[in-house]
Amino acid sequence: MRSRFTRQCRVFPTDRIAQEIEGWIGVSMTENTMVDGVSGKTLKTKMAITKATKVYQTRSGGVHALDNVSLDVREGEFLCILGPSGCGKTTLLWSMAGLHSLTSGDIRLGNEPIMKPHPEIAMIFQDANLLPWRNLIKNIELPFELKRKPPDRALISRLLDRVGLTGFENKMPRELSGGMQQRASIVRSLSVNPSVLLMDEPFGALDAFTRDEMNLLIQEIWMETRKTIAFVTHSIAEAIFLADRVAVMSARPGRIAEIYDIDIPRPRSIEIQTEPDFIKRVLEIKSRIEHGRGGSGPRVAIT
Amino acid sequence: MDKTLGDKIPEFNKKTGANGNVGLSGASFSLGDHRTKFETFIIILVAVIIIGGSELLIYAFNVPQYVLPRPSQIATALVTEFPNLWPHLLITLKELFIGFAIGASIGFLLAAVITQFPFVEKVVTPYILLLVTTPMLALVPLLILRFGFGSEPRIIAVALASGPMVMINSATGFRRVDLAKIALARSFGASTFQIFTKIRIPMAMPMIIVGLMVGSIFGLLTTIGAEMVGGAEGLGNRLTYYSALIRMPQFFAIILILAILGISIYVFFFWLGKKWASWEA
Ligand SMILES: Nc1ncnc2c1ncn2[C@@H]1O[C@H](COP(=O)(O)OP(=O)(O)OP(=O)(O)O)[C@@H](O)[C@H]1O
Ligand SMILES: [Mg+2]
Repeated sequence: MRSRFTRQCRVFPTDRIAQEIEGWIGVSMTENTMVDGVSGKTLKTKMAITKATKVYQTRSGGVHALDNVSLDVREGEFLCILGPSGCGKTTLLWSMAGLHSLTSGDIRLGNEPIMKPHPEIAMIFQDANLLPWRNLIKNIELPFELKRKPPDRALISRLLDRVGLTGFENKMPRELSGGMQQRASIVRSLSVNPSVLLMDEPFGALDAFTRDEMNLLIQEIWMETRKTIAFVTHSIAEAIFLADRVAVMSARPGRIAEIYDIDIPRPRSIEIQTEPDFIKRVLEIKSRIEHGRGGSGPRVAIT
Repeated sequence: MDKTLGDKIPEFNKKTGANGNVGLSGASFSLGDHRTKFETFIIILVAVIIIGGSELLIYAFNVPQYVLPRPSQIATALVTEFPNLWPHLLITLKELFIGFAIGASIGFLLAAVITQFPFVEKVVTPYILLLVTTPMLALVPLLILRFGFGSEPRIIAVALASGPMVMINSATGFRRVDLAKIALARSFGASTFQIFTKIRIPMAMPMIIVGLMVGSIFGLLTTIGAEMVGGAEGLGNRLTYYSALIRMPQFFAIILILAILGISIYVFFFWLGKKWASWEA
């Protein structure tokens, strides 16, 4: 637990107390500002999730997917949301993207409640989710087509070059590897220049090598752009590798069980995953998850 | 054993749009694999053998012309009679085209709308199935009573025959909702109409084309059948006319025209499928 407090001292009460207060007064403390203990930089809240509850109505009754989830995503941070399968990570992310509504609670971008998709927020889906009937460039230009705006060709070709897809513009999705498809979907989302990127297990279906490669790429992109990223995963190692903070969710109904600060300096290399300090963090989170589930083995991979 | 089995495992080749032949969902919807020159040669050779062979056999066994005309006689009849057949061909095409256009548009729109409302769809589907399975030709005498001997009853019959086919196949296509793709479009601010045009229609396209193909072939059958039942024009009517006069070369010349018409329709939709729906390997 020591690592949680090495870098930051909060001006405000701890997250938990702040959430309690928010609960009592029913107002989100959106301008919840913290000061970084080392650099003195101000950490503004970018998105505030307050007491988010989601119950899916199905024929066999309600499925309680999210239960009073309160979580702040800070401006420019890389937040990983970690949790076992079925704990409501996708549900949370879709709500943050304005793709479906909550049963109760609210989600804000700055002061703006998110009720429908917002141009500042872009979503990257579980598989690359390219449209199979469009070639790569047509897929990337889709957001512009939908907004009836001319595509930002300069930005798109810069991004394509950045992720190594130059020359593949006319290929159909089925002609591309899984990693290339996911890179294309990253370009598609970045091309609209959002300030928040929501990523739902984007590399879950990729093999280990490609996954490492993609993790390095997304780290670099984040360091270059400093976009606010909320990244869902069920791999503890991936979460620690990528994140400034890891929010651990408990199994259904989904709650935030714990938030860990990851103060490993960047750029991080793939090799750090074998260092004792890294492994210690993995085990710490793993044991927290196991305790949270009353000792029964968690369905979280320690990859 | 391992070795022989290993030799037999077919290589999975992912065909690409470039020159590989991407068959659409149904096996029925394919012109077969890409042919080599040799295979094309054999196909032509078989045709030559069939045509030449029947020419010879009919000649050798002295089969009378009113039973089975020789291919050469059919070809001659096609050329000499074509000026007389041409207006009838135009009428048949007009009826087919108008009837199919009406039926297909209604079928397509109905499919698009109905699949949005599961309850309506459940209620309507049995009746559509009834329309699909009932031969619309049976209604032609009734339609003639109401609309007379002009083109109208035939156009209506064609629309009734092709519409439900288009509808039922398109509906299958529209039912294949991929929530993630719709969510993707929505996350970029797409309107309901944009989701329909940019996601739902392309996703349903392979099945829509299958529906159009089957519907148009059914339409052709119904046009010819309706012309045979009543009226004084169209290729169907000419068929009954020439068979009554026992002018078999002319009769078979019409059959030949109809076969070419059917194949053209098939090839057209096959081409359309390659153009618009080849992504679905
Ligand atoms: N549309 C829906 N209707 C009913 N129940 C749903 C729906 N979507 C999700 N659920 C249920 O809600 C719970 C949370 O689902 P969700 O997809 O958010 O989990 P997840 O953490 O993303 O899981 P995974 O790691 O498998 O992607 C699950 O039990 C799921 O079965
Ligand atoms: Mg999920």
